[in-house]
Amino acid sequence: MSGLLRDLLFDYTLRNVALGSALLGIVSGVLGTFALLRRQGLLGDALAHAALPGICLAFLLTGSKAPIVLLLGAGIAGWVGTMLLLLIVRRTLLSEDAALGIVLSTFFGVGVTLLTFINQRGDANQAGLDKYLFGQAAALVARDVITFAILGGAALLLVLLFSKEFTLLTFDPAFASSLGFGTTRLSILLTSLIVVAVVIGLQTVGVVLMAAMLIGPAAAARQWTNRLAPMIALSALFGATAGVSGALLSFTRQGLPTGPTIVLTLTAIVFGSLLFAPARGLVWDRLRQRHRALSGPMPTPVALVESEGSRP
Amino acid sequence: MSSEIAVPLTGVLVASACALLGNFLILRRMAMMADAISHAILPGLVAGYVLAHGPNLLAGFLGAVLAAAITVTAVQALERTRRVDGGAAIGIVFPAMFALGTVLVTSQFADVHLDADAILFGNIEFVAFDTLTIGERDLGPRSIWVMSALCLINVLFVGLFTKELKLTTFDAGLAAALGFSPVLVHYALMLVLSVTAVGAFSAVGAVLVVALVIVPAATAYLLTERLALMIPLSVAFGAAAALIGYRAAIAWDTSIAGAMVSATGALFGLALLGAPRQGLIARAWRTRRQRATIASQMLAVHLFNHESGPERDEESRVAHLREGLRWSPQRTGLAIAGATRRGWVDRDNGRLVLTARGRQAAEQVVAR
Repeated sequence: MSGLLRDLLFDYTLRNVALGSALLGIVSGVLGTFALLRRQGLLGDALAHAALPGICLAFLLTGSKAPIVLLLGAGIAGWVGTMLLLLIVRRTLLSEDAALGIVLSTFFGVGVTLLTFINQRGDANQAGLDKYLFGQAAALVARDVITFAILGGAALLLVLLFSKEFTLLTFDPAFASSLGFGTTRLSILLTSLIVVAVVIGLQTVGVVLMAAMLIGPAAAARQWTNRLAPMIALSALFGATAGVSGALLSFTRQGLPTGPTIVLTLTAIVFGSLLFAPARGLVWDRLRQRHRALSGPMPTPVALVESEGSRP
Repeated sequence: MSSEIAVPLTGVLVASACALLGNFLILRRMAMMADAISHAILPGLVAGYVLAHGPNLLAGFLGAVLAAAITVTAVQALERTRRVDGGAAIGIVFPAMFALGTVLVTSQFADVHLDADAILFGNIEFVAFDTLTIGERDLGPRSIWVMSALCLINVLFVGLFTKELKLTTFDAGLAAALGFSPVLVHYALMLVLSVTAVGAFSAVGAVLVVALVIVPAATAYLLTERLALMIPLSVAFGAAAALIGYRAAIAWDTSIAGAMVSATGALFGLALLGAPRQGLIARAWRTRRQRATIASQMLAVHLFNHESGPERDEESRVAHLREGLRWSPQRTGLAIAGATRRGWVDRDNGRLVLTARGRQAAEQVVAR
């Protein structure tokens, strides 16, 4: 154990991987809270997939493989995807989940086409774009971690600055709009911040698993509290915990890739919270039901309402 | 069978089988279940291979269908606890399954080359080389047989259970009251979707299956609101995208599956712009026409109101619309052009004069 701690502090690779994953966990935990509460959990999934053509185009246009260039491309493509999503939802009869699926899959298809096109050109410089598909946390270097810290720090600062507006937007958009807040502009800002989280995640866990990083921590935190501020803090904590322990697990065991290990750790946290969180835990629910069935009078309507648990 | 025939034919069959089911996913607002299922079959596929000690198709198939069933059930169960909403339930389950699959692949098949690309993009390029042989006879590419069978299953499913699918999709309450179980239909649809996804997975990969299921049906939905028309349209779009994508991929030497999906996207984009009722162009045009109608009616009523008073000369000046009524230049232009075209007003020396028809129109508006 102490050996592991020493590695965490002094092993260059492990330190970068753990720090990078922790940063990802914190940023996506905080932003995921808003996404989850606004019932837009899968938005991150769509944005992550939509980023792929951006990465390829950035490479095709600049010929550069520097992460900052590629991630800028990813960010722009994710943002275009969001605008298209809003357009489809607002202007057609298609529902939001159809719009998500359309943006996600067609952008990704274009990305795959471009990626193959780049690979077929046999450009010596092309290798390495694939790592954004599955992520390659083990290849994180100090410079990446610094980039993450700057991007993530800026995103968190904006959340702090706009905390009142975002809270209002999340819980009562109609009221926010009646107070004169530009709700469309605010939700575009919030979504753009989610794009930042996605950009950080692409390099670490990859396109497919990014959905989990935005949904998991928030869904787990939601079980422990009904208040926003503690939920955000818990969500960030869960995200960071999953990031660090996933990194440690894959470091100590051969053949465990980092990204998937982080996601599996996160899933364990989610299910632990769903089952055992005080008040909302499903285990306590079941125990209460059994207790009530075995003893006591018929449940009154009030008790019935309580046993329904609180809503998601 | 040569690749020039086997590949596009497989593409058309995959796209048709997927599009058929996509209609119901779109209408039931369950499009993202296709995303969940297509990713979640990975661990099942790999587990099947592990248990069979090699890439055994039947074992992989059974494992994948089982994994899909687990996913559908888990999403449903999570949603029913009401601790998370439907989207989040999907977002919790499928990444976990996909992560499990990736871990299984890396730990069990470190030496066997189960390529990352094959998981995400499939390998439709090589379908012609994987042939089905019974005894000594070569029956042609296996994928053609598999996907033809899946098409047949889906056509039969949709054809035989049209009534049930329709009823549970549009009015689950009524369906339940009439004795059709919406839950049973849901699981049947999910089962057929899973089997289709497994079949399509090897051809086009996990993410692109989603596109072939959702996008052609969504395109059809932009063009029609009638199910009887939407279903054949969606199949036609899927097949067309497969063929266009194939030609484009050959021309530009790129991924066939990726190009097919890009083609579904392009067709969707065209429909989004040009659909007769829901299209963006039609909408913009309709809005503009309504604006012009209202503006010219306002103009006619304005002139009508002041026609017989002493203020008539002042109120009917063209410039007065801007200065007195504070209409924007755009609106003023729309109003005058619209009213002139309808024969409601005449120009007379910088003033607007109501014609007999204009008077009639104004009276109608006022009377309403």
